[in-house]
Amino acid sequence: MTRRPSPGLIVGAVLVAGVVFTALLSFVWTPYDATEVQVADRLLSPGAHHWLGTDRLGRDVVSQLMVGSRTTLTVGLVASGIGAVLGTPIGVLASMGPRWLDRTVMLGNDLLLAFPGLLLAAMLAAVYGAGTGPAMVAIGLSTLPSFARLARAGTMQVVTTDYVRAALVAGRGSWWNARRHVWPNIAGLVTVQISLSFAIAVVAEAGLSYLGLGTAPPTPSWGRMLQDSQELISAAPLLVLWPAAAIALAVLGLNLLGDGLRDLFDPRLERR
Amino acid sequence: MTDPLERTEAPLIDVRAVCRTYSRSRLPLRRGTRTVHALRDLTMSVPEGERFGVVGESGCGKSTLLRLLSGLEAPSSGSIRVAGREIAGGSPRQMRLLRQQMQVVFQDPRSSLDPRMRVRDIIAEPLLEHSRAAARSMAGEMLEAVGLPPSAGDRYPHQFSGGERQRISIARALVSRPRVLLADEPVSALDVSVRAQILNLLADVVERYDLTLVFVSHDLSVVRWICDTVAVMNRGQLVEIGPVERVYRAPQANYTQALIAASPSLRSVLAAGPDDPVARSSDDADPEDLEVFR
Amino acid sequence: MTGAETMLRVEGLDVLGAGATLVRGMELALTAGERVALIGESGCGKSLSALALLGLLPEGLTASGSIRLVGVEHDLVGAGERQMSAIRGRRIAMVFQEPMTALNPTMRIGRQVAEAFRIHGRVRGRRAAQAAAIELLERVRLPEPGRIAGAYPHELSGGQRQRVVLAIALSNRPAVLVCDEPTTALDVTVQAQMLGLITDSVTETNAALLFITHDLAVAATACRRVLVMYGGRVVEAGPVRVVLSRPRHPYTLGLVAASDLEPLASRPGRRTRLTTIAGTVPAFGDRATGCAFRTRCPSASSVCETDPAWSQTGDRGVACWHPVRAASDD
Repeated sequence: MTRRPSPGLIVGAVLVAGVVFTALLSFVWTPYDATEVQVADRLLSPGAHHWLGTDRLGRDVVSQLMVGSRTTLTVGLVASGIGAVLGTPIGVLASMGPRWLDRTVMLGNDLLLAFPGLLLAAMLAAVYGAGTGPAMVAIGLSTLPSFARLARAGTMQVVTTDYVRAALVAGRGSWWNARRHVWPNIAGLVTVQISLSFAIAVVAEAGLSYLGLGTAPPTPSWGRMLQDSQELISAAPLLVLWPAAAIALAVLGLNLLGDGLRDLFDPRLERR
Repeated sequence: MTDPLERTEAPLIDVRAVCRTYSRSRLPLRRGTRTVHALRDLTMSVPEGERFGVVGESGCGKSTLLRLLSGLEAPSSGSIRVAGREIAGGSPRQMRLLRQQMQVVFQDPRSSLDPRMRVRDIIAEPLLEHSRAAARSMAGEMLEAVGLPPSAGDRYPHQFSGGERQRISIARALVSRPRVLLADEPVSALDVSVRAQILNLLADVVERYDLTLVFVSHDLSVVRWICDTVAVMNRGQLVEIGPVERVYRAPQANYTQALIAASPSLRSVLAAGPDDPVARSSDDADPEDLEVFR
Repeated sequence: MTGAETMLRVEGLDVLGAGATLVRGMELALTAGERVALIGESGCGKSLSALALLGLLPEGLTASGSIRLVGVEHDLVGAGERQMSAIRGRRIAMVFQEPMTALNPTMRIGRQVAEAFRIHGRVRGRRAAQAAAIELLERVRLPEPGRIAGAYPHELSGGQRQRVVLAIALSNRPAVLVCDEPTTALDVTVQAQMLGLITDSVTETNAALLFITHDLAVAATACRRVLVMYGGRVVEAGPVRVVLSRPRHPYTLGLVAASDLEPLASRPGRRTRLTTIAGTVPAFGDRATGCAFRTRCPSASSVCETDPAWSQTGDRGVACWHPVRAASDD
């Protein structure tokens, strides 16, 4: 690209890189052991030893945030990845195929959409045991229908343009059209949807963990930190702030990155 | 239907008793479907090398006809033959080769080019059987043929004006050296001065590449300029067909007469004088001679 | 036309946006019952001028200059939204190009027309407004006005919808009616009827008509006076038949020649080329200083680098250093 990236893209990239860096760093170093329980030091305010304080079991907040970023990234990426990688082709296929295929596929899609995500997670947990893995798959499957719907709508718009008609008249087949025309024109939509799904996934994981269906303690996760600290909001209000801020920044970063990338690859938007 | 033209050899495009119906489901809460008869029992033929115009208002079926001719859709009944071969039915490869004989230029310059593709890739798209290098150079040739600079190939559609984008569309339609050029209202979305440029270009390329032209438009005066023969359509049926000057000067069908009367040219409006029914003001200077048209 | 009241006076109207002057120095005066065409190609600023008159310029564009409307004490330029809402639909109304999106698809026709009456308080009470609406639908020559009043927009054809839009525009008998390509999106056979309806309606209500179009034949049919725009400026003005048959500005000459699809063949039976204007319209903001047309004008010279002054002779005016001189001009 010969164009300069937009400020949003840069900020987004920095935020996301920050989270990734934190996650990687957590493998080699954290201020304290994130899972070490030190009841004597519980609910400390931010200070010299514990930069952001400790939680109700005396665990260092900074260390928890760092290790928790791994879970957050994994859950977010895998869940939205499942949604995007499975859902997008389904939507494109439904739109470009014969009517009966469209109706059948979208019916299945609607069923999946209507199926409560929580129930899905519980079912998977019952079969495979509770944990991050089944939780990610459940969340991913829950986001799949939105990707399929979005891809289908976007594909329909592209397929009815004159330039696709011209390609058909020129002898190009559906496969070529899907690859050469449909995908580049819906990629922006999908990118933005990934960042939205990421946010949903992170918060969903929090809920699942709270119910015992997600990341099992003692593995830290931002979502669970959020849930845990809600009870203590009058005693230690800052404890809610840290994971909330972390989630918000990560989601913001992804949104900006998604929008920025979409715009960067759109040749119609010129930046001098 | 009036005088068919004299032909000594088989026509290049032969449309026989073609019908095209669509079933539209009724609005929600009402059962059943509605059948739309886009084309009813249409029969016409276009000899090779002819410039054939199809004129009608919206809903007359002219665009449907063009979609059938280009192979985008198949007729519900009847047959369409190109160079003696049936367009629909037959192996996919045969169909593809046959359809490549007919290329299309569309109306809307904004949606007829993929905004994410570079112009040279757009033009080279119909070249299925050529290497990348060969395709690129042929695309370059076509750019020149339509009056655009070679540097245009590196740019994107949004960097061009409406008229230039139509030139790119024309280049794309011609790159695979088709026998027939199908044009669907190619100048309707353009400004007047640009329209003249593109019409000149179309006339040039039709002559240079020895094409048969099927030109669909709602504008009879444009068809009159560029075509030899015109078919007038209304509600899916052929109303009148004949040499363009004859149809324009002595229209036989009522509908054709109404169509002509409804869209007078500037020349005839100015010549009509201030007391003609629609222009009712009395303070105009009378144009004594239409000097500008000398 | 002495004695006729001036309905609209525009002086020195500029529209600025994104660092470029999109419309420059527009001057216009409309008297009661007068029909004036504003012609030009895309990007010339004609639609922006119309939007400026109604205070509907898009975000980021500002107007300066003066727009005075009869019956309104203040200048329309710089008027607040509250003031403009009271004026739009009451003293000045507009008909847009696209009939398919001009009406609310979820409201019945009758109610939409009645709403126009009630907003400006000219008719009170729902029943009275509904009755007035049906009467108006009849005046725009819609068959079975009662049935149409009860119908939804999607049940009407494009031509019928445009008549409804016209009815709404005329409901409060505005002093000025602005039409922006009102017939372009309609079928040809319907266009002629619509044009007749518009001209009859403004004659009957004695409103002034500003008719924007790119179609010279339509302008010559519907209007008496014409303003030709290029590059944001009015380059020529005068009685429509005179201007289009004996144009003075090289652009007008080129435009008329390019729209002529019946060039006289030097050899009968041979197709002649259409006359074109060399080059393309420059994009917004690319306007060179001086006459905007000089990059494409066959008569351009160095003096054209300064803005041509407006020269008015009788009822015709042109902004050009090298106007076309015809033998029969005095």
